[in-house]
Amino acid sequence: MTDERQLDYWKNQFARKRIGRREFMGRAAALGIGTALATTLASKIAGAEPKRGGSARFGMAHGSTTDSLDPATWPDTFMQVAVGGACSNQLTEINAKGDIVGDLAESFEPGDDTKTWVFRLPKGATFHNGKDVTADDVVASIRHHMGEESESAAKSLLSSITDIKADGPTTVIFTLDGASADFPYVTSDYHLPIMPAVDGKADWQSGVRTGPYVLDKFEPGVRSTGKRNENYHKSGQPYFDDVEFLALTDLTARTNALTTGEVHWMGRCDLKTLNLLERNPDIAITEVTGYGHYVLPMNVTMAPFDNVDVRKALKFAINRQEIVDKIFLGHATAGNDNPIAPTIKYAINPEPIYSYDPDKAKFHLKQAGLSSLKVDLSAADAAFAGAVDAAVLIKEHAAKAGIDVNVVREPNDGYWDNVWLKKGWCASYWSGRPTQDWMFSTAYAKGAAWNETFWDNERFNELLLSARGETDSATRQTLYSEMQQLVHDEGGTVVLVFNNFVDGASKSLAHGDVASNWEADGLKIAERWWFA
Amino acid sequence: MSPILKTVLQRLGLGLITLFAVSIIIFATIEMLPGDFAKAILGQSATPDTVAAFQKRLGLDRPPVERYLNWIGGVAQGDFGVSFAGLGGLGGGQETTVVSLVAPRLANTLFLAGLTAIVAVPLALILGMLAALYRNSFYDRIVNMVTLTSISVPEFFVAYILMLLLAVPHVVFDSPPFYALAKINFDMPFTERVMRSALPVMTLVLVIVAHMMRMTRAAIINLLSSPFIEMARLKGVSPRRIIYRHALPNAWAPIATVIALNLAYLVVGVVVVEVVFVYPGIGQLMVDAVSSRNIPVVQACALIFAATYILLNLIADIVSIVTNPRLLHPR
Repeated sequence: MTDERQLDYWKNQFARKRIGRREFMGRAAALGIGTALATTLASKIAGAEPKRGGSARFGMAHGSTTDSLDPATWPDTFMQVAVGGACSNQLTEINAKGDIVGDLAESFEPGDDTKTWVFRLPKGATFHNGKDVTADDVVASIRHHMGEESESAAKSLLSSITDIKADGPTTVIFTLDGASADFPYVTSDYHLPIMPAVDGKADWQSGVRTGPYVLDKFEPGVRSTGKRNENYHKSGQPYFDDVEFLALTDLTARTNALTTGEVHWMGRCDLKTLNLLERNPDIAITEVTGYGHYVLPMNVTMAPFDNVDVRKALKFAINRQEIVDKIFLGHATAGNDNPIAPTIKYAINPEPIYSYDPDKAKFHLKQAGLSSLKVDLSAADAAFAGAVDAAVLIKEHAAKAGIDVNVVREPNDGYWDNVWLKKGWCASYWSGRPTQDWMFSTAYAKGAAWNETFWDNERFNELLLSARGETDSATRQTLYSEMQQLVHDEGGTVVLVFNNFVDGASKSLAHGDVASNWEADGLKIAERWWFA
Repeated sequence: MSPILKTVLQRLGLGLITLFAVSIIIFATIEMLPGDFAKAILGQSATPDTVAAFQKRLGLDRPPVERYLNWIGGVAQGDFGVSFAGLGGLGGGQETTVVSLVAPRLANTLFLAGLTAIVAVPLALILGMLAALYRNSFYDRIVNMVTLTSISVPEFFVAYILMLLLAVPHVVFDSPPFYALAKINFDMPFTERVMRSALPVMTLVLVIVAHMMRMTRAAIINLLSSPFIEMARLKGVSPRRIIYRHALPNAWAPIATVIALNLAYLVVGVVVVEVVFVYPGIGQLMVDAVSSRNIPVVQACALIFAATYILLNLIADIVSIVTNPRLLHPR
């Protein structure tokens, strides 16, 4: 490390309060920095502490006239950030480290086993209209998504809840149909903000919530504004006086808005012109690898994919780095056939790493008793933008390993009906899930509705069940490591890349570590960021 | 009954019949649009059952003729129906009327169109008259060249050039007085709304001035060779007065038609400019509604567009009749 990089490192540690002022001064002195300069540096960095004030404007990549305040319908980042993150709270939230912490809930703990979960609300937390937040409000808000009639996107998510009841004014008890140590992650879903109960039903129409900003104006497809909630239950937050979210779906208009200072932040930068944007001295790009990933699932019940060595041969015959560089212009992270993003708890990077190796691919082909192989790969851009191009690249890569990949370009219309879960090998995507249990039971467990590889591994299914009810951290690490290794070694999914969230922000904005669970700092940019 | 009033009433009646015919065309075209609202909103989770339930709730399971009659009957009474987006489980059953969606957008569009017209129409007339007056002069050629260039360049390109020059810091201005985003709303004071709309107005002015200016010039030049102008010239009337007093009144008919066409364009055809400047006008609303298959909104927008064309053409016709005695007293 050069001195300069070392200094940067210690500055960073100091800014994050991992080291004290005294230690920082000492480290700086060791690097030959004079006391005067070090003092200035230290106060400058300490000045990076959040401070209040200012009106922030955000340019969102989504927004439509069909948007509604009803969280059951929230389709994209506009409602999720502008009304979800800025005006509402869920019971829990995921912080930048990937840990689950209380959002509205003050505390949450399992009952006697993890079949029941007890959430406690803070005393004195109020809605924007001054009403106290009670357990009944929580019950109504969650019930809003449950029941036969529900058309909520969160319905299946909550299907494991058998009962939810208020126990006194500030305690809510969830009863599940089975043990689940990760249940608090479920309540962090953006579909589940807490809303006031009116006659036992959640009142979403008024827009009255508990969040950091009071919803002021909401014009669907145009903008949404909020004023600081002076009675917010998290002390200190939020930092902006008021916030405005603009629906700027046109990429060029959004970029112009940022470069001309009309907005302070934009979602989803144009990757093709990103280097030009980076050159702008007033703009900083934030890039985080999210949970979302693009995959090529093989149906392991169909020949030739029913042979584990054929699957391994294909996994070694793909040059993922080239796909990252050429299709995603470097703004993605190559996958290693582990669908768990590195920022998720208990994630590992299983060995051997599936890097491009035609010789190993040939070796596994020989193990399978084959000298050559011909497979169809179905792709359409409906699966993910760039799927067809990626498939064509894979054809070239695999040819060197003696595998003939026939790329079948499928129509976008009806892709999910006619191709996905039907063809032997195709392209697909996952927006990702914040816990291993959630991801695995959605797409890798035996009988899961979206088990796109039809994989049925006895050991894996056993581990999934025992890990779900396990509360000891070390044991869970062991169990989940083994499961990830199994998916990596024997599963039928090629995890091609994890996609990155690439956002642009004015340098007048400051922030701490950026969360990776969703875009826009976990959708909570309005609560977590401030003006430097 | 005065002949003018009679003509106007006649035209109005014809306009209504045209509008009725257009409403049938709109309805039939939208019938042919592939996909439906339920599938567009529900996406991958659209099962046949939910789609059927949806269509029933929206009344889409009834025969087209019945739906058309219901719709047109409502429209005749000023009721454009309810937006699909607020119906059923989507939006939790809060009804949004089409009027409440369309009205603010239409107001924004009319504001932009009005502002543009106030600048563009007098400008085009003056430039056109001067070009006719100083025909084939250096001035005439320059004006023609500039306006023809601006009309030949796609409007989004004009928009981006203006944005680069006038709204990006440190290009022309260090702190530009103009805004790249024209996100107006009616809470803003009038002056701010005007300033925010300045760049889209400039873009549109550049796009429509050429057409009107060229037509004014051509109409007047056409007249300048007629005998009564020659007479006026022989009398010793000054060139300015010839154009202003003798030529222009007789040239109103073609000029009015072109102005009407351009004004109609300002209301119905500016979606590209709206997108570039993120102006919350009716064009964006309609595009949005088409992609989400929000049929009542699409129908209302299309009908408003048709009515705009018919109304403006009607006005142009009336202007040409009123300014031309020969049309006023047909033999």
